Amino acid sequence: MNLEYDAKEQQFRKQVRSFIEANLPADLRAKVLNHKRLTREDYRKWHLILYAQGWVAPNWPREYGGAAWTPVQRHIWEEETTRAGAPNVISFGINMLGPVLMEFGTKAQKDHYLPRILNCEDWWCQGYSEPGSGSDLASLKTSAEWIEDESGAYYLVNGQKTWTTLAQHANMIFCLVRTTTSMRKQEGISFLLINMKSQGVSLRPIITLDEDHEINEVFFDNVRVPVDNLVGEENLGWTYAKYLLSHERNNVAEVGRSKRELRFLKHLAMTTPSQNGSLLDDPLFARKVALLEAEMMALEITNLRVVSSDHGNSEPGPEVSMLKIVGTEVQQRLTELMVETVGPYSLPFDVDFLEGRRETAVTGHDAAAPLTAHYLNFRKASIYGGSNEIQKNIISRMILGL
Amino acid sequence: MDFTLTEEQAQLSDTLCRWLEKEYGFEQRRDTIASKNGTCARAWTGLSDLGLLALPVPEVLNGFGASGADMFGVMEALGKALLVEPYLATVSGIEFLKHDQDRFAGLLGQAASGVVRLACALGERQSRFDRFDVEMTTRIEGGAHVLNGRKTVVVHGAQADHLIVSARTAGNTRDPDGITLFVVPSDIRGLCRTDYRTIDGMRAADIEFANVRLPDSARLGAAGEAWPIIDAVSDYTCALLCAEAVGIMQAVNDTTLEYLKMRRQFDQPIGAYQALQHRMAELFIEVEQARSLAMLAASVARSDETSKRRHTISAAMIRVGQAATRVGQEVIQMHGGIGMSNEMQVAHYFKRLSVFGALEGDIDHHVARLARQPEFRHPD
Ligand SMILES: Cc1cc2nc3c(=O)[nH]c(=O)nc-3n(C[C@H](O)[C@H](O)[C@H](O)COP(=O)(O)OP(=O)(O)OC[C@H]3O[C@@H](n4cnc5c(N)ncnc54)[C@H](O)[C@@H]3O)c2cc1C
Ligand SMILES: Cc1cc2nc3c(=O)[nH]c(=O)nc-3n(C[C@H](O)[C@H](O)[C@H](O)COP(=O)(O)OP(=O)(O)OC[C@H]3O[C@@H](n4cnc5c(N)ncnc54)[C@H](O)[C@@H]3O)c2cc1C
Repeated sequence: MNLEYDAKEQQFRKQVRSFIEANLPADLRAKVLNHKRLTREDYRKWHLILYAQGWVAPNWPREYGGAAWTPVQRHIWEEETTRAGAPNVISFGINMLGPVLMEFGTKAQKDHYLPRILNCEDWWCQGYSEPGSGSDLASLKTSAEWIEDESGAYYLVNGQKTWTTLAQHANMIFCLVRTTTSMRKQEGISFLLINMKSQGVSLRPIITLDEDHEINEVFFDNVRVPVDNLVGEENLGWTYAKYLLSHERNNVAEVGRSKRELRFLKHLAMTTPSQNGSLLDDPLFARKVALLEAEMMALEITNLRVVSSDHGNSEPGPEVSMLKIVGTEVQQRLTELMVETVGPYSLPFDVDFLEGRRETAVTGHDAAAPLTAHYLNFRKASIYGGSNEIQKNIISRMILGL
Repeated sequence: MDFTLTEEQAQLSDTLCRWLEKEYGFEQRRDTIASKNGTCARAWTGLSDLGLLALPVPEVLNGFGASGADMFGVMEALGKALLVEPYLATVSGIEFLKHDQDRFAGLLGQAASGVVRLACALGERQSRFDRFDVEMTTRIEGGAHVLNGRKTVVVHGAQADHLIVSARTAGNTRDPDGITLFVVPSDIRGLCRTDYRTIDGMRAADIEFANVRLPDSARLGAAGEAWPIIDAVSDYTCALLCAEAVGIMQAVNDTTLEYLKMRRQFDQPIGAYQALQHRMAELFIEVEQARSLAMLAASVARSDETSKRRHTISAAMIRVGQAATRVGQEVIQMHGGIGMSNEMQVAHYFKRLSVFGALEGDIDHHVARLARQPEFRHPD
């Protein structure tokens, strides 16, 4: 047992740090650190910088253009990029679809799609959830019917997806669709790649409670999808979906970001006057921060224990559910304490400032302006990617055997 | 970075677990608790034969020079077995002696071979968890140190051959400066002990010092400069306590999980109810989160980076303390009526978990301490 980073790992951290210092654009950094909303161009910009360096896909093997870093290196990478205020790399292509294609895709699919994920030519979104199928995902209904006519063979897709994150930026969507209704519900599902520009695909924005446009409904009305866009075998989509979900949970703990947010919270509290000096000197407030800090330290080590036991490239086990639960609870708690810190300045709702149409906040201070919206938005964290209740079901079934 | 135990660490902890299962069962422990001394000579010899007492003693004194990380698996195993012998007290005592290794080489050797048992007499009526709050006095008289005062809730004080005692040579009650440590044979004249049981099956003592005369050779470290040593040893003890608590929580969670699968009500195992499944899942998380910080605490247990050490140890005491309370309370609840019975081992696990915060500082104490460290005040 040795909980220090070894010399190679420390060296790697230095290398990463100097790369970020030289390459992360200051405007992006400022937006991220101040909880402002990012545009499609913002995400693309950072993605392409990483692409040029060969670091955009830390988890991919070299043969596909990845960086092939070890789990601990990936942890360091995540910690350093988030610490510096770099945007997340949108994970749908890199973390989710990429690994599925590598494992189950045809040669043609890999050759075509993987490079386009890396160079950001394709922006993918994830079409899993439906209005009637959330936690019980396998009950999904969107249908894909195999049709052969004079124009050849294709799937005819009808149905609706929902909660589709950033679909408004995407040109491609990977979907779970029902190809058979006669089998057990998990067995009639297939994994289909659909071009969002296809005729019959339409979008409707869903505005979240912080008045942001982050998610969408996606409708499929007699959409023709080439049969070559099927991944793996028909009716085995559930297997691929589960494989993908296990990758979706890569970095699910988001320790790096929470560490940055904790620093942010403390700076905020140290510059907020109170009867004891600063708010951080107030014993009642300090207690809340200290308890959270201890929880986060434990999360960081737990995360490292899980990722470093992830021998080679095997799939993360059900322990990841624990990281999801604790990680999101920590994130949510941080947002709560930030709002508490700014007190009355949590009231103004300054959309123009949030979306970059005005440089300074309407009142209070610029750091305070986005915090309530951020808090509201982060209620999502314990819902998406399999709600925390579902994660507890996974733990009790898969780990505890109940 | 490496979270696995080394081969030696794993081997030791395996051997120890097997020995404890065979020689230190629940009934054996019950008899020990009921016995006059509250400790079992045979068990003590057994632990000593396994090398457990020599473990933290430096190699030059025939010990194994174990690190904090080496102690992790040991304390975890002792936690599972709910050991009531004065092991932790002796090990903490050894940690003190190591700060004045030359002077106490003889005693360290004896401790390593299990011949003497140690206890740390630091707490006083007014001091709560602040070990620098010392009223006990000492003055020089005819070349001897003369100690007067009273130490309270000295864990295993009744069973120790030597006590590590703090006394004030200068300054006011709550000054960190001016404290001196002494190593006191427990049969010395002027020392009066009141022994009692503790709620978790151990023994402790209140100890009165009335003109106890000590030669200068009994002084540990420089006069008036004991505080950094006390602080460091206390942190080391905290790290060991955390590992012990993790062992207990793991054991009691395993037992409870078995119970949920076995106990049937309303025609099915109670573990089939989601209300209990989710609570068990939460307890699983509690233990893993606590284990993470206990491991971290073990790895910094003896660090010279004082404020970083304090910060980490306090975080561990906070998080493990929270887990200990929650796990303890929940497992009783999930056992239903039978959890209330003293015949059940789960009740004894609960009792030991319940005293966690009373030993080296509760959550509020460690929160306040953590919040005083530069690491907390000045995030980089
Ligand atoms: C911001 C956001 C972004 C999202 N992005 C995407 C995306 O890009 N692509 C995509 O496909 N999906 C996305 N989702 C959907 C997300 O995966 C689902 O919201 C999630 O799986 C929960 O499903 P649901 O909303 O239908 O809730 P429901 O399943 O209706 O659950 C409602 C409540 O009941 C609880 N519950 C349900 N079943 C059980 C049970 N068996 N035991 C105990 N409690 C239970 C849930 O935990 C929850 O608290 C997103 C969601 C959000 C909020
Ligand atoms: C101090 C004490 C005094 C008592 N005095 C009396 C008395 O005078 N007379 C008398 O008749 N009885 C008495 N009892 C018995 C008491 O009523 C039972 O202990 C109680 O009904 C619980 O039953 P159980 O102990 O068998 O627990 P179990 O039924 O085995 O339950 C174990 C655990 O599972 C939970 N559980 C069980 N079923 C479910 C479910 N469907 N969903 C979710 N959780 C569930 C329980 O809440 C509990 O946490 C006493 C008990 C105690 C501890």
